[in-house]
Amino acid sequence: MGQTIIEKIIQLHSKDEAVSGRIVWMDLDIRSARDFGGPNVVKHYEREYGDSPLADKSKTFFTFDLCAPASSLKYADNQQACRDFARRHGIEVFDVDRGIGSHVLIEEGLARPGSTIVGTDSHMNVLGAVGCFGQGMGDVDIAFAFKTGTTWFEVPESVKVVLKGKPSAVTDAKDLTLFLGKELGTKKIALRSAEFYGETVKDLGLAGRITLCSMITEMAGIIGFIPEYGAELAGEIKRFSGQAFSPASADKDALYADSLKLDVTGLPPQVAVPPSPNSVKSLAEVRGTRIDSGFIGSCTNGRTEDFARAAEILRIRKVKKSVMLKVVPATRRVYEELLKRGILKTLFESGAIVVNPGCGGCAEGHVGLTGKGETQISTGNRNFPGKQGKGRTYLASPAVVAASCVAGEIAGPEDL
Amino acid sequence: MEKDIRQGRIWVLLDKDGKIIEDIDTDQIYHNAHLHITDIAEMGQFALGNLEGWTDFPKKCQGGNIIIAGRNFGAGSSRQQAVDCFIALKVNALLAPSFSAIYFRNAVNSGLPVLGVRDLESLIAGKKFVTGDVIRFDVKTGQAENLSRGIPLKLEPMSSVQYEIFKAGDLFKYGKTLT
Repeated sequence: MGQTIIEKIIQLHSKDEAVSGRIVWMDLDIRSARDFGGPNVVKHYEREYGDSPLADKSKTFFTFDLCAPASSLKYADNQQACRDFARRHGIEVFDVDRGIGSHVLIEEGLARPGSTIVGTDSHMNVLGAVGCFGQGMGDVDIAFAFKTGTTWFEVPESVKVVLKGKPSAVTDAKDLTLFLGKELGTKKIALRSAEFYGETVKDLGLAGRITLCSMITEMAGIIGFIPEYGAELAGEIKRFSGQAFSPASADKDALYADSLKLDVTGLPPQVAVPPSPNSVKSLAEVRGTRIDSGFIGSCTNGRTEDFARAAEILRIRKVKKSVMLKVVPATRRVYEELLKRGILKTLFESGAIVVNPGCGGCAEGHVGLTGKGETQISTGNRNFPGKQGKGRTYLASPAVVAASCVAGEIAGPEDL
Repeated sequence: MEKDIRQGRIWVLLDKDGKIIEDIDTDQIYHNAHLHITDIAEMGQFALGNLEGWTDFPKKCQGGNIIIAGRNFGAGSSRQQAVDCFIALKVNALLAPSFSAIYFRNAVNSGLPVLGVRDLESLIAGKKFVTGDVIRFDVKTGQAENLSRGIPLKLEPMSSVQYEIFKAGDLFKYGKTLT
C-alpha cells in the first residue's frame, strides 16, 4: 500500500507501522518551548524528573516570541525561569531578540524536509511549508518530549486538495488561504493532514507557503503540505538549511480519506470577518467598512515579501491620520532585510508604527490589541471573539491591510 | 474497574438561543490575558471566562461536574491552561462530538477524560442531555446512562493509549511505566 506524505515522515521516525488511524510512538528531531508554555514545561520537568538530563540538549530549544521583550513582570519572571533552566541544561535559547520561533527554526536550517518538530505553539505546522512535520503541543507533552525525545501520535488520515485555475492578479497567498478556510471550514480537513496540489500553490514561494500552512490550524487540520515546487523555492530553502531540498512526496497509490477539487479561477481578494477566520467574504462585500487600526505581521504574514507588498502601496501614500498601522516583522533576519532594502523607511514614512520582531497580535501584552468599539484589519490568523480585546478584527492580505489603512476603510490597492 | 466509571451533573454549553456552541476556542475557554499563570490552582477562576453567556461558570461549577460542548471544542492555541482550568475546578469529564487535536492531547495527557459523543444535537433536542441531569459512563466501553431520566446512552470509548494514560494518571506517570 502506498503512503501519504505524513505517513512517510512518521514512518521514518517510528518503529511502529505508520498507517493512518494507528497510534504510534514517534521520535522527535527537535522539541521546543516558548515563553507561553515554557515556564510550565520547566515546572513539569523539574517536578517529574528533578535535575536529571534531557534526552538530547542539542535537539532542545527555547524560543521567546510572544512577549518579546517581556511586557509585564510576570513574563519577565517566566522568561528568566526558562533561561535559568536552559543554562543548567546547556540548551540554546533563541531569545526575545530573535522573533517567531517556528520561523527562526526554518531560518536556522533546523526545520528540514522530512523532520519532526514539536513546540508549545499551535502554529508549529507552519513548518509544513518546508516539508517538515511541525506540531503544536501543550506543556505536558513538551516536558515529556524534553525528557524522552519521543511522543505518541495518531497517524492522521490525509486529504488531497487540488486547486484548479488561476486567481485574479490582485490576490496573493493570503487570499487563497482565506478562501480555503471558507471552503474547508473546520470540518473537511479536521484532524487530518492536507496535501495541496495545482499550479497556483506550486508557484508559491516560502512566504506564501508559510501563509497557507500556518492557517491549517484554523481549519482544524493537523498539517498541510505543498508537495510540488519550483527551482526558486528549492533554492530559497537550501539557503537556510545548506542542504538540497528534497521533501517527501506521496506514493501514487497512497490512500486518501477524501479528495477535493476547488476552482480558484479569477478569485478576488478575500477578507475574514469577525467572529471566525473561516467566516470569509470577498473584498467587494466588505469594502467601505470603517477601520481604526491595521496590523501587518504574525506567523502567517510576517515575512519580507509581506512587508514589501505593503510598502509598494505605501511608498507614495500615507496612512490615514485617524488610523494606527502596526508593523511587526516575524524575525530579526526579516527585520534586517527590511532595513537593508529600505522597506522599513518606507513604512515609517507612511506613518506606520514599526516594532521589534515577534508574534504580535495574538495575546495580551502584544502589539495589535483592540479596545471596545475599535475595528482592526490584520494579516494575522485569528479573530475569535475577545482574542485581541473587545474590538472587532478582520483578516486580510498585507496589500488589503495597507490599502485599508490609507483609505481609513476596508479597501484594496485598486481602490486608492 | 471502579475508576473507569465517571458520574456527575452535566453542563450543556448552549448559546442564548439554546443552540449547542461549536468551535469554542482556547481564548474563550482560558483567555490569553492569564497565560502567565503556572499554578493550576489559580487557573479555575478563569475557566470559560471569555465565552458569552458562561463567564460565571467558575462560580456555578461544582466538583465532579461534566461539561458537554459542541464540535471542535478547544480550537486555537496549544495552551495546557485551557485543560488545567477545568482540572482546577475538579471537572470530571468533557464530552463533545469532536475536539481540536491539540486540546484532545492535552486533556488525555493530563488524565482528564475527554470522550466523543455522536449525534449530540439530536440528543439535546430529544432532551437526553439537559443541564443539571446526572449522567454516569464507563470510559473504557463508552456505555453511559442519564440517571436523572433513566435513559441509556452511548459515548465513544477511549482509545488504547488514552485509556493507558488515564489509568496511570497522566502522561508522566504512564511514561514511567514504560521504562
